[in-house]
Amino acid sequence: MPLGRGERGGRLVGDTLRHAWTIARKDLLLEFRTRTAVLSAVVFTALVLTVFNFGRDPTAVATIDLAPSILWVTFSFAAILALNRAFQLELENEALEGLLVSPISRTSLYLGKLVANLMFVAVVECVALPLFVLFFDVPIWPVLAPLVAVIALATVGFVAVGTLFSAMVIRTRFAELMLPVLLLPFFIPPLTGAVQATARLLDGRPLSEAAGWLRLLAAYDVAFLVLATLLFPHTVDE
Amino acid sequence: MLRADGLRHAFGHVMALDDISFSLAPGRTLVIFGPNGAGKTTLLKVLAGLIRPQAGCATVAGGRGAIGWIGHQSHLYGHLTVTENLLFWAALYDVPAERRRARAAEVMRRLAIADQADRRVWALSRGLAQRAAIAKALMHDPQVLLLDEPFTGLDLAAAGEVRALLAQLRGAGRVVVLATHNIDEGIELATDVAFQRRGRFVHFAPRGAHESAEIAEAYRRAVGAGGAGGTAGG
Amino acid sequence: MRLARAGRWVTLVGLVLMAGVYLRALAFTPIERSQGPAQKIFYLHMPAAVWAELAMVLVGLAGVFYLFLKDPRLDRFAAASAEAGTVFAAIVLTTGPIWGKPIWGTWWSWDARLTLTLLLFFLYMGYLLLRSATPDPALRARYSAVLGICGLVLVPFIHLSTVMFRTLHPAPIVLKPSQPSLPGSMLITLLFSFGVFTLLYIGFVMQRYGLSLLREELGERAAAVARGRGGGGGGGDGGDDA
Repeated sequence: MPLGRGERGGRLVGDTLRHAWTIARKDLLLEFRTRTAVLSAVVFTALVLTVFNFGRDPTAVATIDLAPSILWVTFSFAAILALNRAFQLELENEALEGLLVSPISRTSLYLGKLVANLMFVAVVECVALPLFVLFFDVPIWPVLAPLVAVIALATVGFVAVGTLFSAMVIRTRFAELMLPVLLLPFFIPPLTGAVQATARLLDGRPLSEAAGWLRLLAAYDVAFLVLATLLFPHTVDE
Repeated sequence: MLRADGLRHAFGHVMALDDISFSLAPGRTLVIFGPNGAGKTTLLKVLAGLIRPQAGCATVAGGRGAIGWIGHQSHLYGHLTVTENLLFWAALYDVPAERRRARAAEVMRRLAIADQADRRVWALSRGLAQRAAIAKALMHDPQVLLLDEPFTGLDLAAAGEVRALLAQLRGAGRVVVLATHNIDEGIELATDVAFQRRGRFVHFAPRGAHESAEIAEAYRRAVGAGGAGGTAGG
Repeated sequence: MRLARAGRWVTLVGLVLMAGVYLRALAFTPIERSQGPAQKIFYLHMPAAVWAELAMVLVGLAGVFYLFLKDPRLDRFAAASAEAGTVFAAIVLTTGPIWGKPIWGTWWSWDARLTLTLLLFFLYMGYLLLRSATPDPALRARYSAVLGICGLVLVPFIHLSTVMFRTLHPAPIVLKPSQPSLPGSMLITLLFSFGVFTLLYIGFVMQRYGLSLLREELGERAAAVARGRGGGGGGGDGGDDA
């Protein structure tokens, strides 16, 4: 029985999401199996936080002033580590070719990878944040909920662009070096917004003061999610 | 079932496909012989939808969901078990969820790898991995099989098994396109034979009643005496 | 060949005219009251900054058209524009501090225009590095188009974030490097300089485009020679396992 246009559209979206989730689940299963990547990322992040401690002079500048920058530089590194492995997983046995031969849409592939990357980064952030609070004695409890919201918004921005670029760099020379070089300029607007919003929150100011920055973050997320989804097929298809 | 029209594709200055046109009805098996660099892989990739040709078009009835691809690389994830791999790929090919496990068991039995079901793929030998790759390609019961040098790296016994399997699969109205540089492999499977050289089909015809040796000789003449194909392969 | 040579002439004319701009700026345009003679560098700095940004916009637009049309000329143009843009960004980043030091007392300040240009410079660097790390021409063109388009979309966000950032941290000087209203003769000098920079952009792009064409032609000829030599051996491709 032929489907009406609305039903076909709905079926298409359903298929795309289902396939995306299949891919995301497979990535997470692989990561859980090997565990090396997650553990390395977590250890690296802890080390970065430790390094920051030795780089500061608590008598000269109050920790609380530096705290937002420390947190967000750390999160940026965590994101880049996660993104580096995103499509590397698919190089083994040319699995990426298999994914492209299959009937899934390229959008499902992008969304699946996006979700898997977000979860990976989220795991690292969940370890980094408590460590950050511990090492630098930052009072985040009163502002935990809005802080998590800011972290989520900025992370989506990082990973949306990062997933797109990580698909490109696997076919270039010096992939691991190329990714941060290409990606860091794109981190700057969401990073600025995140640091400013975090600083306001840690200062005890109401979130509404950072409203402009939050709008910037949201606009960035929407713009680059849409753009990356549109451009992704061009990075994998010939 | 499968049709190519005026396919043209170049990589830089190298012509990989030079005006290739043909069509295959269900039940036909086309074996394409050609030296490395002749464009066989490019042709298969265009048929599979991996490459969009610079000119011309290729259509496969049923789209990508009807294609089973078997190439040099297995497309399997080393850290997942054979079963997990099969289930994953089945999900992407929209095999109904209830049917997946049963189908995986069936396919593994057919390929005699049922005892490897829970082993990680990185632990399998090349021959077993190749069989697992074929199993993956068969999970969704494709009507079109595209094989790119499937005998590479297989010993005589394994290659014989693959040939036997392909002979079985040829029935049921499937279309099979197999590309190889080794004229001695796969010739018995063919219902149609093509010789490809520098992107062109220098010969394309139904096999008719020709003996394998005849065709092998014709190939060597058509493609040139530069040590083409021959026993150096494998 | 013709294009590169023509481009060289255009650039030469541009440079001569630039000298003319400076003659006018130094001799015939009044000295700005508060900033003194150092302000004269503005005539170099401002049009370079505008063109550094415009070149990125053109790279992005060329990328959009490339993805639809797949015309290699668009990719060649995008690469040429990116290199020209890098040069202009470098001019801004060097003239900025030279202007800034006598006026602000520091070599660098994170004012909106300098920050934007610095980020543009990094974008250009990334673009050119990506190109050099991707040997296959078709892949390179596609990747460059994707990166160029992303860069184009990023530019408004950089504007937004630097402006919002600046309003929190007022510049160490009262005067902004861009004047909203200029007295007549300064405006004319500025416009003249802008025209010259446009000419320079065209000259650079023509030269670079011409060079790309030459390089591709050379590549084709080398490949044809190699093929001719290989064809003599019969069968062409040996047919042995690679």
